[in-house]
Amino acid sequence: MTALLTLDGVSRRFGGLKAVDDVSFDVNESEIVGLIGPNGSGKTTLINLITGVHPATAGHVHFDGHDITRQRPYRIARLGLARTFQIVQPFQRMTVVDKVAAGALFCGHASDVREARAIAREHLEFTGLADMAHRPAATLTLARRKRLELAKSLAMRPRLLMLDEVNAGLNPTEIEEALAIIRKIAEQGVTIIVIEHLMKVVLSISHRLVVLHHGQLIAQGTPREVVADKRVIEAYLGAKYAAGNPGVSN
Amino acid sequence: MRSWLTLAVIAPLLAALPLVGNNYALRLATTVFMYSVMAQSWNFIGGLAGYPSFATAAFFGLGAYASAILQNHGVPMVPAWACAGVAALLFAAFLGGAILHLRGHYFAIASLIVAEMLREIVNTLPDFTGGGKGMNLPLLKLSVTAQAQFFFYAMLALAVLTVATAIVLQRSKLGFGLRCIQQNESAADIIGINSYAYKTAGFCLSAVFVGVAGAIYASWVNYIDPPDVFDVLISVKPMVMVLLGGLGTIFGPPLGAVVLLLLEEVVWRNFLTMHVAALGVIIVVLVLFLPHGLLALIRERFPTKAMAN
Ligand SMILES: Nc1ncnc2c1ncn2[C@@H]1O[C@H](COP(=O)(O)OP(=O)(O)OP(=O)(O)O)[C@@H](O)[C@H]1O
Ligand SMILES: [Mg+2]
Repeated sequence: MTALLTLDGVSRRFGGLKAVDDVSFDVNESEIVGLIGPNGSGKTTLINLITGVHPATAGHVHFDGHDITRQRPYRIARLGLARTFQIVQPFQRMTVVDKVAAGALFCGHASDVREARAIAREHLEFTGLADMAHRPAATLTLARRKRLELAKSLAMRPRLLMLDEVNAGLNPTEIEEALAIIRKIAEQGVTIIVIEHLMKVVLSISHRLVVLHHGQLIAQGTPREVVADKRVIEAYLGAKYAAGNPGVSN
Repeated sequence: MRSWLTLAVIAPLLAALPLVGNNYALRLATTVFMYSVMAQSWNFIGGLAGYPSFATAAFFGLGAYASAILQNHGVPMVPAWACAGVAALLFAAFLGGAILHLRGHYFAIASLIVAEMLREIVNTLPDFTGGGKGMNLPLLKLSVTAQAQFFFYAMLALAVLTVATAIVLQRSKLGFGLRCIQQNESAADIIGINSYAYKTAGFCLSAVFVGVAGAIYASWVNYIDPPDVFDVLISVKPMVMVLLGGLGTIFGPPLGAVVLLLLEEVVWRNFLTMHVAALGVIIVVLVLFLPHGLLALIRERFPTKAMAN
């Protein structure tokens, strides 16, 4: 398998804080990688670093043969990297269809606004939001706003899609719906990095897991390997707990 | 489509004004068109992109001086107007490179300084610009009434061109991108918008017609000096007009120009000049009581007949 994304010793400092600390791993074509770790472990920062929002202060990021370490975010996006936002805020005053159309328009696939809106409607259909196309994005429920983020990212026709907690705050039914959509996206050959706190969800969907703790990569492997990893259990439940407990719950 | 229709109905009506109006009415209308151009132009950067530019006076004065200098060196009037527009556009492209990375108040303050800077430059080059004494422009060999009509039509044509640009921009990729930038610039970057290029394009658009307006104004009044064409009110009034009419809309800025200038004629006629403080009060009132502008109010009242945007 060929690596689509390669992180090579990347770090990101915020003043004295190393939010991401010397992290290296590969993501292969068509893979679903779960990125997990306790709160504040640097997951979102890692996504920001890959998408150029907060460029790496050390190390290198390669995507499909391009060095994107210090590329401008819009160029990285046009190469085929899309992401959703953990805190869903962008373009609140736009209509649902325009928000998705923006994704289609600026990643070079739609030639004008009209075509972008047509493409947007297909993605709204796919994510079950077609009925609310003309409502302001801000008026949607949380679950729908999260799906809207998905639709917008899909409209960019990404090769790599990074999902930052698209399930947080959703009820079990909504999570099932969201997972179904994510699986369908994966079937189309899109490579996915998914950040997720719910262990059950991340285990059910990921081919491979990468675990961050205090900005460092502490484990990676198949879900089965990772949940049995002592350092992972320590990170999640504390060192004392790990001593007595071989498995992990949740 | 509705926007084009509205424009196609209003423009000929306005063009018929010289048939019924006296010179006073024509002069007032010409001023309204001039400010309509500036309000609409400000809307490109301030309304669509959300960058509160105070550079309008800089572009206006630059256009006025560029045209005056060219004409005093033998360039005919109308080509000199066009050159003034190009000069303002190039200046905006250069200026944008320097200040468009600033956001919010920082951008506003940086843009505010530009007109002062140009004013100083004009003052320090008296051989070229007349310095503080100002500059005379070639007189037109026309009757008073013919002149009034000529400048009326010139400003009207420019105002119509600016509205047409606004309509095209609203549906274009550029306009769409500017609206994304206004809502969230980092998110705009993430979906592939080269926000720097887009903002610069928006800034250039906000300069070019203002530069021409300054040039036409200079020919109209025959004489310019720095305090007149670099007046900070030239930057502030268009903003108030846009807020008054409706931020980010197509017919809001011209509507705001009409209302504010009429207000000025009626209420402040006895005062020598409109005071900045009065504008400040209007801004506060607008923000508090009319956040979406008059156009939104009209649309609420008459939903079926609402003007297109
Ligand atoms: N822009 C920033 N400036 C300063 N510090 C930051 C910034 N962004 C993140 N941090 C810090 O970096 C660390 C990692 O944060 P990050 O948001 O990446 O964690 P996370 O794993 O996504 O957490 P969560 O699971 O809560 O979303 C935190 O200590 C955070 O406070
Ligand atoms: Mg996070």
